[in-house]
Amino acid sequence: MKDDVENREDRVANLKGLGCSRKRVEDARFTQGKGNYVDDIKLDGMIFGDFVRSPYAHARIKSIDAAAALEVPGVLAVLTAKDLEPLGLHWMPTLAGDKQMVLADGKVLFQGQEVAFVVAEDRYAAADGIELVEVDYEELPVIVDPFEALQSDVVLREDLDPNAPGAHGPRKHPNHIFTWEAGDKEPTEEVLANADVVAEASMYYHRTHPCPLETCGCVASMDKVNGKLTLWGTFQAPHAIRTVVSLISGIEEHNIRVISPDIGGGFGNKVGAYPGYVCSVVASIVTGKPVKWIEDRMDNLMTTAFARDYHMKGRISATKEGKITALQCHVTADHGGFDACADPTKFPAGFMNICTGSYDIPTAYLEVDGVYTNKAPGGVSYRCSFRVTEAVYFIERMIEVLAIELDMDAAELRRINFIRKEQFPYTAALGWEYDSGDYHTAWEKALKAVDYEGLRAEQAHRVEDFKAGKTRSLMGIGLSFFTEIVGAGPVKNCDILGLGMFDSCEIRIHPTGSAIARLGTISQGQGHATTFAQILASEIGLPADSITIEEGDTDTAPYGLGTYGSRSTPVAGAATAMAGRKIRAKAQMIAAYLLEVHDDDVEFDVDRFVVKGAPERFKTMKDIAFAAYNQAIPGIEPGLEAVSYYDPPNMTYPFGAYVCVMDIDVDTGVPEIRRFYALDDCGTRINPMIIEGQVHGGLTEALAVAMGQEIAYDDMGNVKTGTLMDFFLPTAWEVPNYETDYTVTPSPHHPIGAKGVGESPHVGGVPCFSNAIQDAFRPFGNRHTNMPHDHWRIWKTANALGLHD
Amino acid sequence: MSKKMHITLTVNGKEEEFLAEPRELLIYTLRERLNITGPHIGCETSHCGACTVTLNGKSVKSCTMFVAQADGAEVTTIEGIGGPDSLHPLQEAFKEHHGLQCGYCTPGMITRAVKLLEENPNPTEEEIRFGMAGNLCRCTGYQNIVKSILAAAAEMNAAKEAAE
Amino acid sequence: MIPAAFEYHRPKDMEGVLAVLNEHGDDARVMAGGHSLIPMMKLRMADVPHLIDLQDVGGLSGIDISADSIRIGAMVTQADIIDHAELASVAPILREAALQIADPQVRYMGTVGGNVANGDPGNDMPGLMQCLDATFTLVGAEGERSVAARDFYEAAYMTAREDEEVLTAITLPRPQGGYAYEKQKRKIGDYATAAAAVQIVKDGNVCGSAAIAMTNLSDVPVFSEAAGAALFGTSVDDTALKSAVSAMLDDIDPTEDNRGPVAFKRHVAGVILRRAIERAWSRA
Repeated sequence: MKDDVENREDRVANLKGLGCSRKRVEDARFTQGKGNYVDDIKLDGMIFGDFVRSPYAHARIKSIDAAAALEVPGVLAVLTAKDLEPLGLHWMPTLAGDKQMVLADGKVLFQGQEVAFVVAEDRYAAADGIELVEVDYEELPVIVDPFEALQSDVVLREDLDPNAPGAHGPRKHPNHIFTWEAGDKEPTEEVLANADVVAEASMYYHRTHPCPLETCGCVASMDKVNGKLTLWGTFQAPHAIRTVVSLISGIEEHNIRVISPDIGGGFGNKVGAYPGYVCSVVASIVTGKPVKWIEDRMDNLMTTAFARDYHMKGRISATKEGKITALQCHVTADHGGFDACADPTKFPAGFMNICTGSYDIPTAYLEVDGVYTNKAPGGVSYRCSFRVTEAVYFIERMIEVLAIELDMDAAELRRINFIRKEQFPYTAALGWEYDSGDYHTAWEKALKAVDYEGLRAEQAHRVEDFKAGKTRSLMGIGLSFFTEIVGAGPVKNCDILGLGMFDSCEIRIHPTGSAIARLGTISQGQGHATTFAQILASEIGLPADSITIEEGDTDTAPYGLGTYGSRSTPVAGAATAMAGRKIRAKAQMIAAYLLEVHDDDVEFDVDRFVVKGAPERFKTMKDIAFAAYNQAIPGIEPGLEAVSYYDPPNMTYPFGAYVCVMDIDVDTGVPEIRRFYALDDCGTRINPMIIEGQVHGGLTEALAVAMGQEIAYDDMGNVKTGTLMDFFLPTAWEVPNYETDYTVTPSPHHPIGAKGVGESPHVGGVPCFSNAIQDAFRPFGNRHTNMPHDHWRIWKTANALGLHD
Repeated sequence: MSKKMHITLTVNGKEEEFLAEPRELLIYTLRERLNITGPHIGCETSHCGACTVTLNGKSVKSCTMFVAQADGAEVTTIEGIGGPDSLHPLQEAFKEHHGLQCGYCTPGMITRAVKLLEENPNPTEEEIRFGMAGNLCRCTGYQNIVKSILAAAAEMNAAKEAAE
Repeated sequence: MIPAAFEYHRPKDMEGVLAVLNEHGDDARVMAGGHSLIPMMKLRMADVPHLIDLQDVGGLSGIDISADSIRIGAMVTQADIIDHAELASVAPILREAALQIADPQVRYMGTVGGNVANGDPGNDMPGLMQCLDATFTLVGAEGERSVAARDFYEAAYMTAREDEEVLTAITLPRPQGGYAYEKQKRKIGDYATAAAAVQIVKDGNVCGSAAIAMTNLSDVPVFSEAAGAALFGTSVDDTALKSAVSAMLDDIDPTEDNRGPVAFKRHVAGVILRRAIERAWSRA
């Protein structure tokens, strides 16, 4: 920073603080191929581990013979459940209060399940060894349908006492995991029974997968001399991983160092603890060598962390005029073979109870049943806060179905039911207190931007042309208005494995006026090193370019719960601001001492403290930093450091209004996205460039999920979409240009008013794309059709409506 | 294990000689044998392009090539495209226009874009989207990648004109 | 995904290739660009103890255009096809189809020979070559022989090529008239949900000849002689289009996969063919 900059505007600009589109500091290394991802780590003597995986979805393991594998040159060991059992590591706790096999213990419950871990000198020997491990399986009946699971005599989890309650209360059936309720059952039923209008829909939100471009992996290195374990890995929550590893291995936490290096995208996939991590640690302990495990793409899609898989049934009631009176929802949640969902402990269905959406719905009831099936465990929040995509999809579909029932425009129906600005803070029928919002303003802005009425007129014209045989293309207008619930969360109701979901920041100011700040979160592409420095720059008056942000090393960073559920800005961002304010408070005392005035007689101004009423008398933060290290100031400790652990008083509630215009070829089922407008309100905007980038990315992942991305199983439990040929990740060719827009409604309880944005576009985007498809067919009688809207399913919708006759 | 072969490769202008099993995939040769970790592994079935390198003048997915096939070839990776003192205009443009987020696809993306602009120095947006369709990105939604490539093309054309 | 170990051979000439094939029989496979074979080897779905890389074998990379025919060497890549200006002018359907195959990187490596030889029903070039009435040159220990593309495919991955033979070239008559290669796919890089190759000659106001082949709608490419015949002598009006489509539907036999069920594929095949014929006719 130039010291001679005196113009206040220039001084503000110099900081590159809140609100500016600062270029990312991460990009120098990434654009030059100098990122440091887990598979880039190479240690002396490092060996490799990989899994023998089950080809069957449900089978008993009669025997495992590793003799031939051990003959392969380079194969060092083959671990099975029997080897892990004496250590108590053949099972591990899941994030959802269940337990999961690390290596198959007597049976397998899903295709791709880890059966044995082959450790070898290189990847090639490991792969050859895997081929030669002989496993004798006895196939068992496979259940891939949760409704069937609840009727079946086939008990999937023989390890559980069928009569004992689970982690979340009583179980109704050996394949049942929990029932979770929110809201008022009887009053809701009563309103529904007496309503003017009731609309119903059953919808399946298909199973999908976050599929970051980098798969999961780790390097475990046990230093037996010093008794220290270092674990590098693709961890979205490195501190939580350290605690979990300590709890299950018995190694004291101070002897474990967990490091998340650069992460090649997470989107929820890298929240959980996977058998690969445990086996790598064990293998390193056994062999005394560093062990690397990196899953391949098929392993990734088949086994680590699916998302969604919710069967949702809803009823919504309204007056004749369209005022919503009640909402009821039942979910049958397919959790796979183990309940390994990543949710705060008290929320086995995540924040599904945000499903009243952005609407003032007086009465509501939600019931969720979790079920075991022969599918992979997981249930992570794929680019969303816990189960919020499901909730928003549900309500945004219910609104559309209700609009059909009322024969009303869906934009108008939303408008008359939005929670009004003056109702905030607003307590919803299912319990959440929405902190702030201005939905009507956002909605009007969005509809105006796209010329909504013009679009509807064009659509009506198209329908006429279609009916007259002049075109075979239909036009769909997709609407969605979403409210996210992010920033988990207040320790009073949010924890994972008993760890409160606060987050943290620790700042050290160096004598010459630069700084390092460390956080409990970890970026996977969000640009924390750029944006957190901006928050601090504005708080402490040192330029963002002089502030290093460091995350991901549990030996140096303060404890935090990590990055997922858009919690970094709401929680760690708040901790950063609060730690900055502690720095500033001490700086104020130093400044007052240096200026020889009372503490209260100086005030902060951009990058300095000035004497009130005498702006020519000041000390810059740089001066103050130096003074903190070279002056003996009475009553003040030397140094300038601060740490803040922030327990948010509430969640934050970002919202947005999206409109999508699509043309659909009725004969082939091929859609073309003509336009996509996205208005996001994430409160205070830290870095508009990064926000826009997050919106583009989230919308593209929404497009993928809505239009084709699916983990599909056949009746035998075989995964049908195990490679990127079949698992839909759109290329640049399939993706449109997006128009982005915003309003700003700051969070009243967040120190800088920010709400988080990374996941909003995904949450709001999925129903918007889906609604566009469904809207195109509305004039022909469509009510609801399930995602993913790939060509054949769109075609099927058209076909069922008689449009091919 | 099969017989090892004597392999010669020129990578980023440097000649490398070593013995390797023919089944060794070029991506592992680069990453693990030669410590050139810019190119990444994403899908392993030639769909994602994270492993893209330039091999004898062609954009190639190095996860779908055995080192034996590459014997005698010239390979350029992101590391050979530009460094701290000599960034390629595409590297500059990706930074300037937020053409990356997690960075995992970026080396393959830029390596491919270099070749695309060699073949078509003045592409339209549509040509960029088509010419980059062998590289998947999960973060950016491509919009800023396209913007970065357009900007780099303009920059390179302007520099070329100035030089003429 | 790591393939099993193999012996690698990179002969300099066809004699060398045949020698390895002769010595190892079933255990040897020739590889051109490798973009079909290598993923299969990595998934350990193809076991190839002896891999013969054709890249150094001379004489396989030429595109020769004569007065009445075109000869394409087996090692000519999709990118070569796209970039060859003269070929694009005499047989534009080749470029139109090649641009719809895979993605840029794969097109640099993927060869026409590999695409037609391996018998994958998803590949685009086999149907195209049937439409164009190409002939494949096969070289074996016994010498050289030719097999018409229309007679080459027996079942998925089963062709008229013997294990010890190598497909070295594709020869086709210079295409006449209008053309279209129409393909529906889920995304770039995907195989066809349905694809149609059409080459059609206009004689006055009527169709003088038409050749039609379909891709990924059976376990082999489908040359529908009847569909072409349905257009012959007509003005390619709605009635003719309907009978061509109906004839084609009698010839295909799609199976359900992730792209959709049979009814959908049959419907799309009809739509795609109709569009291909209309486009080809407009260019005739």
